[in-house]
Amino acid sequence: MALRKVIGTETEFGITVLRQAGFNPVVASSLVVSSYAGDHSRIQWSFDEESPGRDLRGVGVIGSPRINIETDVVNTVLTNGARFYVDHAHPEYSSPECADPRSAALYDKAGERVMADAVEAAQQMLGPDERMVVHKNNTDGKGNSYGAHENYLIARSIPFDVIVRHLTAFFVTRQIFTGSGKIGSENGRPPVDYQITQRADFFEAEVGLETTLKRPIINTRDEPHADPARYRRLHVIIGDANRSEVQTFLKLGTTALVLDAIEDGAFFDPIELVDPVREVWSVSHDPTLGYAMETTDRGRLTALEIQWHYLGAVRRYARSVGVGPVWEQVLDEWEQILVDLDKDPLTTADRLDWTAKLRILEGYRRRDGLTWSDPKLRLLDLQYHDVDPQRGLYQRLVDRGAIRRLFNDEQVESAVAEAPEDTRAFFRGACVRRYPKALVAANWDSLVFDVGEETLKRVPMMEPLKGTRRHVAELLGASPTAATMIRALGGNDG
Amino acid sequence: MAEQERARRSSDRTDGKTDRDEIETTVAAEEIGERIDDLLDEIDTVLEENAEEFVKNYVQKGGQ
Repeated sequence: MALRKVIGTETEFGITVLRQAGFNPVVASSLVVSSYAGDHSRIQWSFDEESPGRDLRGVGVIGSPRINIETDVVNTVLTNGARFYVDHAHPEYSSPECADPRSAALYDKAGERVMADAVEAAQQMLGPDERMVVHKNNTDGKGNSYGAHENYLIARSIPFDVIVRHLTAFFVTRQIFTGSGKIGSENGRPPVDYQITQRADFFEAEVGLETTLKRPIINTRDEPHADPARYRRLHVIIGDANRSEVQTFLKLGTTALVLDAIEDGAFFDPIELVDPVREVWSVSHDPTLGYAMETTDRGRLTALEIQWHYLGAVRRYARSVGVGPVWEQVLDEWEQILVDLDKDPLTTADRLDWTAKLRILEGYRRRDGLTWSDPKLRLLDLQYHDVDPQRGLYQRLVDRGAIRRLFNDEQVESAVAEAPEDTRAFFRGACVRRYPKALVAANWDSLVFDVGEETLKRVPMMEPLKGTRRHVAELLGASPTAATMIRALGGNDG
Repeated sequence: MAEQERARRSSDRTDGKTDRDEIETTVAAEEIGERIDDLLDEIDTVLEENAEEFVKNYVQKGGQ
């Protein structure tokens, strides 16, 4: 039986300050993160156990940057177990570990709320004419891209080449329901009026370790943040940041199910593409979805046809092993989105960012007679992603009932404050809330406490599905201080 | 394989359930279509003032 897919998302947001002389994105990112007034702990992010240079294929490729590059930049850990910090020139929200795609979509949405609140607070620190604008998007339209990464816990025992063989065509074609839409092309790709995704133009390799140059369809970073003997963390960089809750749920849910099926050996005969990198661009560049790509042994197939193939195989797999209601919902949404995309992509404008945005752009083109190169359309393209609840066009659509939601505002507010109860994020979030003074550093797989003794105390959390409410509620309830908690655990020296 | 899936999907459509779902979706899409001009008027009121300048100054370096 496949490993339970622990899922998390990381989003780098675009940031600018209007009318600010000498605007500096690093300074602005630090300001927005440090302005956040919600419950959090401003602590060091410990890099001791991290080695971004370790490669998922099992061979070291580049040296691990052990220098503590982030000591001087702002890092916070929230009571919901998320990390909210500055990553180079962007504010970033990394969701807590979630035990299913519905929970992961909710905590991704909670990140937008955290960011919107932080922007509002940061605004108080700016000059009277200045205004901070933060977008949940992936490109500036000028050749600079920033990531929205997905993470899935998978079994170490699956050979990596098996994952690559079965996943590549899925990643190339899932773009038709994971894209957030973009006017034009970048990075030297052929010109196009409008394309399905923000990120496709930036992908240049099939498999590799890079995330900023020569980005690969399948990223090999091997940093499990968990017991490396048992787990890999599949770090997926070929996705767009989505505003639509249904879309985030679909993106995470379908990918997790495909990974489950791969782990359980349910796929036998993968569809392989002759030129996957080129097809990433071609699929994204065809919003009519008519483009057919060349496969190694099945002739030419459209992205929809390949997605129907995956859905069929995953449905058969799900029937054979039996899956819970969240996964049934993934399968139903998946089938419906394919049916609707096949009929007319615009019928998905209530669920997908790329079609919702396209509908607005087509409306303006018709009403105002604008060409695709008009700055007003470019502005609409950007402003769709503005996290400000008044100005962001996504939010205007939601408020009018034109975009379906999976969650209500109360659920999102609750996810801003409270960690998921069914992963180790529960323990992390609870420690941020209960022991903010003693907690001096955190990491995905450990917490470090200063309890007034000679050495710091490290609490390792190498199992993502331990440290849940069921595991630690009693311990926390009986521990008024971090020192008592550490004693109860039998405290290892840090 | 893809042909098989299409065949399966077509046979699903004869059971009535999917047909009905599709009709509902289409009606919803038409309703959304009628409201588009309303929506554009609303967007006009929140759109950033100087589109050209906003777009020109929007540069985001240093991302993954």
